[in-house]
Amino acid sequence: MREEVKPAPAANAVPWLRALPLIGLALVWQLAAMGLQSRALPAPSSVLLALWEETVSGDLLFHLGSTLSRVALSFVLSMLAGVALGIWMGRSRRVDQSLDGLLILGLNIPALVTTILCYIWFGLNETAAILAVVVNKVPMVAVTLREGARAIDQGLMEVAQVYRLSRRDTFLRVYLPQLLPYLFSASRNGLALIWKIVLVVELLGRSDGVGFQIGSFFHFFDISSILAYALAFSALIFLLEAACLRPLESYLNRWRG
Amino acid sequence: MTALSVRIHSKRFGAGTPVLQDLHFKANTGEFVAIVGPSGAGKTTLLKVISGLERDFSGAVETSTDVRTALVFQEPRLMPWLTVAQNLCLVAPALSAQRVQALLASVKLHDCAARFPGQLSGGMQRRVALLRAFIVQPNLLLMDEPFQSLDAPTAQQLRTLLMDLWQQARPTVVFVTHSLPEALALADRVLFLSTGPSSVMLDYALPTPRSGDLTSTAVMALQQDLLNQHPLLLQGAMGLGVAPAN
Repeated sequence: MREEVKPAPAANAVPWLRALPLIGLALVWQLAAMGLQSRALPAPSSVLLALWEETVSGDLLFHLGSTLSRVALSFVLSMLAGVALGIWMGRSRRVDQSLDGLLILGLNIPALVTTILCYIWFGLNETAAILAVVVNKVPMVAVTLREGARAIDQGLMEVAQVYRLSRRDTFLRVYLPQLLPYLFSASRNGLALIWKIVLVVELLGRSDGVGFQIGSFFHFFDISSILAYALAFSALIFLLEAACLRPLESYLNRWRG
Repeated sequence: MTALSVRIHSKRFGAGTPVLQDLHFKANTGEFVAIVGPSGAGKTTLLKVISGLERDFSGAVETSTDVRTALVFQEPRLMPWLTVAQNLCLVAPALSAQRVQALLASVKLHDCAARFPGQLSGGMQRRVALLRAFIVQPNLLLMDEPFQSLDAPTAQQLRTLLMDLWQQARPTVVFVTHSLPEALALADRVLFLSTGPSSVMLDYALPTPRSGDLTSTAVMALQQDLLNQHPLLLQGAMGLGVAPAN
């Protein structure tokens, strides 16, 4: 239907094809670590060992949990705000023109700057942390959804109008399904981007979470633990995508046949 | 009894020249009115005005107070993400599953309830669209060249189906087409539109009963007769004169 946003290919296309480059990377890493024998590049085996130790002590789970709840909260908030803003801008040319400058500004402000400003203005607290992430993510969601709102098929909206569908049915069964590819695109990018920003936010002003831990390990030059935490969280996000987003997307796209 | 009274003084888009001007007609309850005009004569715009999709015009469209309008578009316009049954229930939420099955069977779509529109042929999609229009039990049915771009046998099947459904429920119909034989085969009355800005230049009542068949000798004879009297009828001009200069 639309060219810009294509539905993801079926999740179970060829599973080992997805894993192959990762295994290759691990192999190269192991060989390089063995050759260099440097503290700056620990071998995969010592990263796995650090991962095990952190898991057993309970630290890993605790900090993963803190980060994950921040990611979840800021994801939900920025999707809600971004979708509403995007639809609003996509529907009205006037709104679009008056907010476009702000949107470009929002897209280009570095996450670091908004984070520091939020901490300075609102204090070193949880609200400031979440707000910083949301402010960073909302413009991206809005831009994607604005594209979707502009591509709405007016013909189908006319059907809804002629047959006097309720506002609820018009929105949920005629309007929203047309936005789904854009919603998924925004969610997928959102998940990947948000956890990276959350780490920065934690590093700068929180005393728990993966970002805080990585900051601490940096002071002790504990590269194995840094990599262990990064690996654990990447795996978690990967799992979330594979276990939730992909199945949901292929279910909602089943009509494309 | 008058079911529909259209008095369009002028309809234009932006500051352009009017598309419709001084276009007046009435339709009686249960009457099948076909509107024939050259392409670009504003036929689709006229239907949008009547259905209320287009409100920016001068004039008035009067319908009975209990009007239930249905509109069959040029394309089927089914929701591609809803199954056939869901598409029908979307406009008539009170329909039971059995009723949907029975209705689908009545238009020879027995096994299609759970299928998505993309899995149906063009002719089948149009049957669903036609059914969707009739299940809201309209008393005013507007149709915008609904059988265009179908092969001749499929289009004829759909015309027969339309006639069957219409005979059962008898809504007032305004049927827009550019095909004179189609209008002559289906309608009680044919209104011919002039080239833009369009108005009604000829109001032609047809002898009953209608045949429903485009290729019948009665339709051929009517068409021959009309075109002998008004050779430029389908180009949007009356009389025997030469074609208007561009």
